[in-house]
Amino acid sequence: MTDRQYMRVRADMPPGHVRTPGYLRGKIGWVERTLGPFPNPEQLAYGLNAQALPLMRVRFSMAEVWGDASETPTDTIDAEIYSHWLEPAEAPHAP
Amino acid sequence: MPHDHHDHLSPSGHPYRPDDDHPLTYWQQMEIAVRELLIEKGVTTAAAINAQIEAMDARSPAHGAAVVARAWTDPDFRAALLEDASAATRAMGFDIGPMRLIALENTDTVHNIVVCTLCSCYPRNLLGLPPDWYKSRAYRSRTVKEPRKVLAEFGVSLPDTTTVRVHDSTADMRYVVIPHRPAGTDGWNADDLAALVTRDSMIGTGLAKSPDAA
Repeated sequence: MTDRQYMRVRADMPPGHVRTPGYLRGKIGWVERTLGPFPNPEQLAYGLNAQALPLMRVRFSMAEVWGDASETPTDTIDAEIYSHWLEPAEAPHAP
Repeated sequence: MPHDHHDHLSPSGHPYRPDDDHPLTYWQQMEIAVRELLIEKGVTTAAAINAQIEAMDARSPAHGAAVVARAWTDPDFRAALLEDASAATRAMGFDIGPMRLIALENTDTVHNIVVCTLCSCYPRNLLGLPPDWYKSRAYRSRTVKEPRKVLAEFGVSLPDTTTVRVHDSTADMRYVVIPHRPAGTDGWNADDLAALVTRDSMIGTGLAKSPDAA
């Protein structure tokens, strides 16, 4: 638990084909596992020469994503996020 | 029908449904145009396209059920499946194409449920086509926000001691849930167990059937 690698999803809203769900932008989770590298879909979607990037499975607590509105705060959401959308972060709250 | 009055009842006693004839949509026309061009230019053939459609239609939840039942009965296979689900299902003889698969195991304390909030990503190459509700806006938006309420509507009520893990299939991976093996099935063989594994139990919106209900 103590060696969790926490990451924040960039809070940007760029136009175009992006596979980072809006509801997770700006949220902090921890890396469940690292996959890839896979070609960046933001380039692939436009027929560009796509850069191969690590793909992280990031696990978020419901409390982090939905705050007081969460159904059960300790339930989790996992999502696959490309590494260029992630930046290292501190734990959002006592795990 | 001799005459088409909407207020007429069919011999079954139900009203006639209106025909769903409508002009092709833009994208339906586009698909036909591209398909005909690809055939005309010799890139592919009508037979090859039909073969691909037949291969997809031949895939069904029964394939996934066989994988789950083997995981329940063969500890080495279970370990291989959790390590690399694509390789394990291919080794079992299923043609899953280039699909990258992750298996998620339900336990006494963890229940997994899969959704694709961005579109409708689904492990089609193992389970076949997804149910319509999987692609609905309601399922996609509600499952990440209130999974327990969604599960309850599917008839699944979980105790507070069970953690719900929602998996948003956002990018390159596809997911299959290994449901919890039902009680009262000790000594069952894999073929009999597979009959208990429903499509919904592999999405995570259901549980495997109990032997009494099978």
